[in-house]
Amino acid sequence: MSRRLALAASLLAVPGIAQAADAAPPPENFTAIIMFGLFVALTLGITYWASRRTRSASEFYAAGGGITGFQNGIAIAGDFMSAASFLGISAMVYTSGFDGLLYSIGFLVGWPIIMFLMAERLRNLGKYSMADVTSYRLSPGPVRTMSAVSSLVVVAFYLIAQMVGAGQLIQLLFGLQYAYAVVIVGVLMILYVTFGGMLATTWVQIIKAGLLLLGATYMAIMALAHFGFSLNTMFTAAVAAHAKHGAILTPGLQFKNPISTLSLGVALMFGTAGLPHILMRFFTVRDAKAARTSVFWATSFIGYFYILTFIIGFAAISMVGSDPLYVLATGAVRGGGNMVAIHLAHAVGGDVLKGFVSAVAFATILAVVSGLTLAGATAVSHDLYANVFRRGRTTEGTEMQVSRIATVALGILAILLGLAFEKQNVAYMVGLAFAVAASANFPVLLLNMYWKRLDTNGAVLGGALGLVSAVALTVLSPGIWVKVLGFHAAIFPYDSPALFSMPLGFLGCYVGSLIGRDRQAEAEAGRFEALYIRSQTGLGAEGAASH
Amino acid sequence: MDDITCAQVRADPDFIALERGRGRLGWTLAIIMLAIYFGFVLLVAFAPSLMGTPVAGVITLGFPLGLFVIISAIALTGIYVARANSSFDGMTTRIVEQNR
Repeated sequence: MSRRLALAASLLAVPGIAQAADAAPPPENFTAIIMFGLFVALTLGITYWASRRTRSASEFYAAGGGITGFQNGIAIAGDFMSAASFLGISAMVYTSGFDGLLYSIGFLVGWPIIMFLMAERLRNLGKYSMADVTSYRLSPGPVRTMSAVSSLVVVAFYLIAQMVGAGQLIQLLFGLQYAYAVVIVGVLMILYVTFGGMLATTWVQIIKAGLLLLGATYMAIMALAHFGFSLNTMFTAAVAAHAKHGAILTPGLQFKNPISTLSLGVALMFGTAGLPHILMRFFTVRDAKAARTSVFWATSFIGYFYILTFIIGFAAISMVGSDPLYVLATGAVRGGGNMVAIHLAHAVGGDVLKGFVSAVAFATILAVVSGLTLAGATAVSHDLYANVFRRGRTTEGTEMQVSRIATVALGILAILLGLAFEKQNVAYMVGLAFAVAASANFPVLLLNMYWKRLDTNGAVLGGALGLVSAVALTVLSPGIWVKVLGFHAAIFPYDSPALFSMPLGFLGCYVGSLIGRDRQAEAEAGRFEALYIRSQTGLGAEGAASH
Repeated sequence: MDDITCAQVRADPDFIALERGRGRLGWTLAIIMLAIYFGFVLLVAFAPSLMGTPVAGVITLGFPLGLFVIISAIALTGIYVARANSSFDGMTTRIVEQNR
């Protein structure tokens, strides 16, 4: 049970790298450092360019709505394909074969649901943040506070996992000390977001997505060429090389408990539809049509990418797993399980490709943390400060100032948390972020657009119940209760809480809306009509061209 | 938006067609996606040995099915975009122009 969890979780936070610290210090990887230096120079140049075009709040939060559907599609892919999914999923396929596929698929299938039920409506209703959509007809104070709190929780857990992963990865790849690595990531992300806002963040994500797709495509093609472009040969070689042999072609090495498997499936699918940094990307395009186009491109790129990681993982089983250059005599991968993709890059492309892929992995983390920080800063400045604390009575200039201060504060906080959690097991954190997003954000967002009787009480109760139950069940699950807190047996036996906490979120919305119907609740139901028409047509929507 | 405009848009035949068309398309495709995905997850969870049946050489049934889920996610979003681009945008433009 706990072993399965450790494996499942190891994917999401790149923890295997922790063991690497015990080994001899890695040689400095000059190709990687040079390529990463080029990436940093390019992105800082873009940040300078973007800073001259980021003057209004709309430009800061939403790039002025001037991103095209195709660009936004790639940026979404860049925001979403984390180093954890590149290194983690290929590592998971390497360790347990078929079961790695479940993560790839789960991360993808939330996208069609966003497209069919939410994307166009979000674009028509939203302005800068997720809470704009709910506070359109509900009472802004409580609803925005709830939404900002759950967004910040999602951002915090996601951010910690990325920072710790970044520190360990960079330590390993570049031979830099953990603390330096965390500070570099934090400082670069503060620079991108503070000066370049959404425009710089978007282009960092676009460039990173392009590089990642390019590198992964090349690796997959070279790996397939090694097997004469025959999947059957590749699978046969993998079965021969893997310690578990034929079992890697059947589900069950990783996911043994069906309820856990199902619960993880729920978290991955619906969590995507509640991630604040992802939802925010829909406000950067002009209209509903562009929002639709972006989801199509995002889905295509992300789906293609997960097919590549799968090929990379399977090819590595025989190409990396049976080469003493990459694997110790004990069978352990040099540098930890998450190095599988990096080793495969070396196997098919030598030092140059290894350097390139290492640099891309670093760039990937930077792009993801920038998106997260921007979403967190928006929750603080736009939701909490401007609309809750000042009740909308503030100027655009002050609000932007607050958002920049919030960005710097969040960046420093991320660095401190990254340092504090260096030795901690953070494996459960991305899973928890997805579970909170699915349980606290998704039900409120969906019902606000589809169920007239949802009122402020319901939105707050549902959000709170989803948030508290997702966090509490995770604490009681084997991932924390046993592995972090050291208790003998977990109180909540499943790895992911979403199968239970998401229905609790919906139940909270329903019960909260039924009890205490007062005049305010009826007025909120009355405003549903206007919201509905705007969500369908964009009539009265926040225009992109607010110059 | 005041109540009169709301009522006016509500009665607009283009709006009614848009609302019905988008609702039907969106929910149909969403249900298909949910069925495909949770069908796959349930098979993985409850029928692992079926998924492990070899179908071509050593390749087992689970792999083509998994690939099918990925391809269908992309294909279904493609279908939605194609249908939406050809019919929704025209209707939306007319509604916005008439009720501005």
